[in-house]
Amino acid sequence: MEPPASVEVGVETLDVAIVQMKPRKGAYRENVRALRRVFSQLAHSPAPQLIVLPEAALTGYFLEGAVYDLALSTERIAADIAAEWQAEAGNDPVDLAIGFYENFEGTFYNSALYMSISNGAPSIVHTHRKMFLPTYGVFDEERFLSRGRRLSVFETRWGRMAMLICEDAWHAIMPTIAAIKGARVFIVPSAAPGRGVEGEEELESITRWRALLTGAALEHGVYVLYAGLAGFEGGKGMTGNSAIIDPFGRIVVQAPPLGECVLRAKVDLREIDLARACLPLLGDLGAVLPDLLLDDELPLPRAGADPASY
Amino acid sequence: MTNCHFRAPEPTLQVIEPPKGAELLAPSVNARVAAQWLEAFLHDELVVRRNVPRAVLGLSGGVDSAVTAYLCARALGAENVYAIRMPYRLSSAASLSDAQLVVDAIGVQERTIDISAAVDGYLQSETGADARRRGNVMARMRMLILFDQSAKLNALPIGTGNKTERLLGYFTWHADDSPPLNPLGDLFKSQVWDLARYLGVPRALVDKAPSADLEADQTDEGDLGITYARADAMLSQILLGYNDAQLRERGFSCEEIALVRGRVDATHWKRHLPTTAMLSNTAINEFYLRPVDF
Repeated sequence: MEPPASVEVGVETLDVAIVQMKPRKGAYRENVRALRRVFSQLAHSPAPQLIVLPEAALTGYFLEGAVYDLALSTERIAADIAAEWQAEAGNDPVDLAIGFYENFEGTFYNSALYMSISNGAPSIVHTHRKMFLPTYGVFDEERFLSRGRRLSVFETRWGRMAMLICEDAWHAIMPTIAAIKGARVFIVPSAAPGRGVEGEEELESITRWRALLTGAALEHGVYVLYAGLAGFEGGKGMTGNSAIIDPFGRIVVQAPPLGECVLRAKVDLREIDLARACLPLLGDLGAVLPDLLLDDELPLPRAGADPASY
Repeated sequence: MTNCHFRAPEPTLQVIEPPKGAELLAPSVNARVAAQWLEAFLHDELVVRRNVPRAVLGLSGGVDSAVTAYLCARALGAENVYAIRMPYRLSSAASLSDAQLVVDAIGVQERTIDISAAVDGYLQSETGADARRRGNVMARMRMLILFDQSAKLNALPIGTGNKTERLLGYFTWHADDSPPLNPLGDLFKSQVWDLARYLGVPRALVDKAPSADLEADQTDEGDLGITYARADAMLSQILLGYNDAQLRERGFSCEEIALVRGRVDATHWKRHLPTTAMLSNTAINEFYLRPVDF
C-alpha cells in the first residue's frame, strides 16, 4: 500500500526535543551560553531533528521598557544560535524554533523564528510575529510591541507547520486558520504566568492551557509542541508544563510546571492522517468555512461596508 | 361521565441549579498546590536570584507569620530561617508562647528582642499619642529591627501580610509591608488559614482570634467590624468588578458593603510607593520602566 500522499517516505517520524528553560532576566549572552550547554546535552544523545524553545527564551518575558534594549533582528538571533549549535554538533543538521523579541528596523515584535541549521549555517524558514498581544491584568505587551498581521504556515521536511505564540493559541480561530492552511504541526512557544489556587491538584491556569491545547490538537488532528518558559519573574511564576500532544488530543509527554528540563519524543506523523480519518472535523471545516467567513453579518471591513459595523 | 378528565401528573424533572449561597463563602485554596508554589517562589527569590539563602522574619504568634516561617523553612531549611519575636511590654503573653510553639515545631532559629525600651524612649515625650500612633510606632520599630537584623545576619526580611489586610489597609505603611518579599500577599486570610492547617501549624495559632496585639484584648475582626470570612467573600468579588447592586443581590448587606468598599477605596495609596511629581519624559516608573527582577 502506498503511504499517504501527505507524508514523504522516510520522514514518517519527527524526533522532537522541547527545552523548557528559565533564562536569567535580561542576560542575553549568558542565556545563549546556557543554550549551548543544552545543545551539548542534545547533540550526542542522539541529536533531535527539531528543537523547540519557549517564548522570550533568551531574555525572559516581562521586560517592560527594556524590550527596546534587548530586541534583536531575526538574522542575529539565528546566527547566534547556529554558532552555538555548531560548536557542539559540528555540521550536523537540526531545525529549531524559538521565541524572541524582534527588532525589525525599529519596530518591535514578540516573534518566533523557525530555522534550519546545516553545516553550521542558519537558514531562516519562517518568522511569526505574535498577533494577539495580551494587554490586560498582569500583561502589558501592546504598550511596547507591535502586532503581527498575518498567520502564515511554512514548509518543513516533516510537512507544513504553524507557530502560535502564547495568546495566539487562546483564540480558537488561530489554530483553525493554521489548520485550514494545511499545518499538521503547531509549535506553541509560551510564557504563562501561573495563577489560580482553587483548582484540583494544580494551578488553574495550567488546567486551562491543557484544555486549550488538547482541544486544538483533537479538533484539527495536529501535533502540538508546546514549549513553556519556566521560573519566577518578579514574583510571577511561569508554568513550564511543556508538552507534546498527539492528533487525538492525548498528551504524549508533559513537563512539570517548575524547573528546567528537556522533553524528548519521536512522534509518528502518520497518526495525523489516522486521527483525521477517525474524526474528519478539518475536512468538514474546509467545506463550511467559506460560508462562515463570507457571511455578510460578520463585522468585517468590506468594500462599501459601514466602518461603524466592524 | 363528567367533563373532568383525569390527567396523570407530569413527571417531575430534576432541577439542577448552581449551589445557593456560594457567593457568600470565602474563596478556597488548594493548599498543597499553593504551598508548593510559594516554596518554589521563596527558593527562587532567595537562593537563585538574590543568592541570599537566609530569611529573617518577625514571628508574632499569629497565623500569618507562622505560615510564612513554615514556608521559609521548607524552602531554605529551618537552620536558615531566623524568627524574631519582638514583644512590647503590653503584648499578650500568649503571643510569645504561641510563637514558641512554631519555633519548637519546625526548629527555626529564634531570638526575642523586647521593643519596650526603644518604643517608650520615643513615646515618653509624646504623651498625647493615641493608640493608633502608639501601634504605628511599635510596628515601625519592629520593621527597623527586622532590617537591622537582616544586615547583621545576611538574611533577607520576609513579609507576612495577607491580601485581606492589604486590601483593607489594615497595616502600618512602610512597616508590615516593607520587606522585599511577601509570599502571602496574594492570599486572603481565609486561604492563609487553610494553608496553615495543611502545613501543620499548631492549632493554638490557627484557632485563636487574629489580633495585631498592639492593644490589650484587640482583635482584627473587632477592629474591622466584619469577619474575615465575610470580608474575604466580598473582597474577592469586588476585585472581579462586581458593583454594589450585584453584591446586594448576592446577599451582602448595605452596611458591610459600605464598610469593606470604603476601606478599599480609602487605602489605594497604601498599596503603592510614594507619589512622585512627574516633570520629565523620563520619569521613573512612568516612562522609565524596568521590571523588579531586571
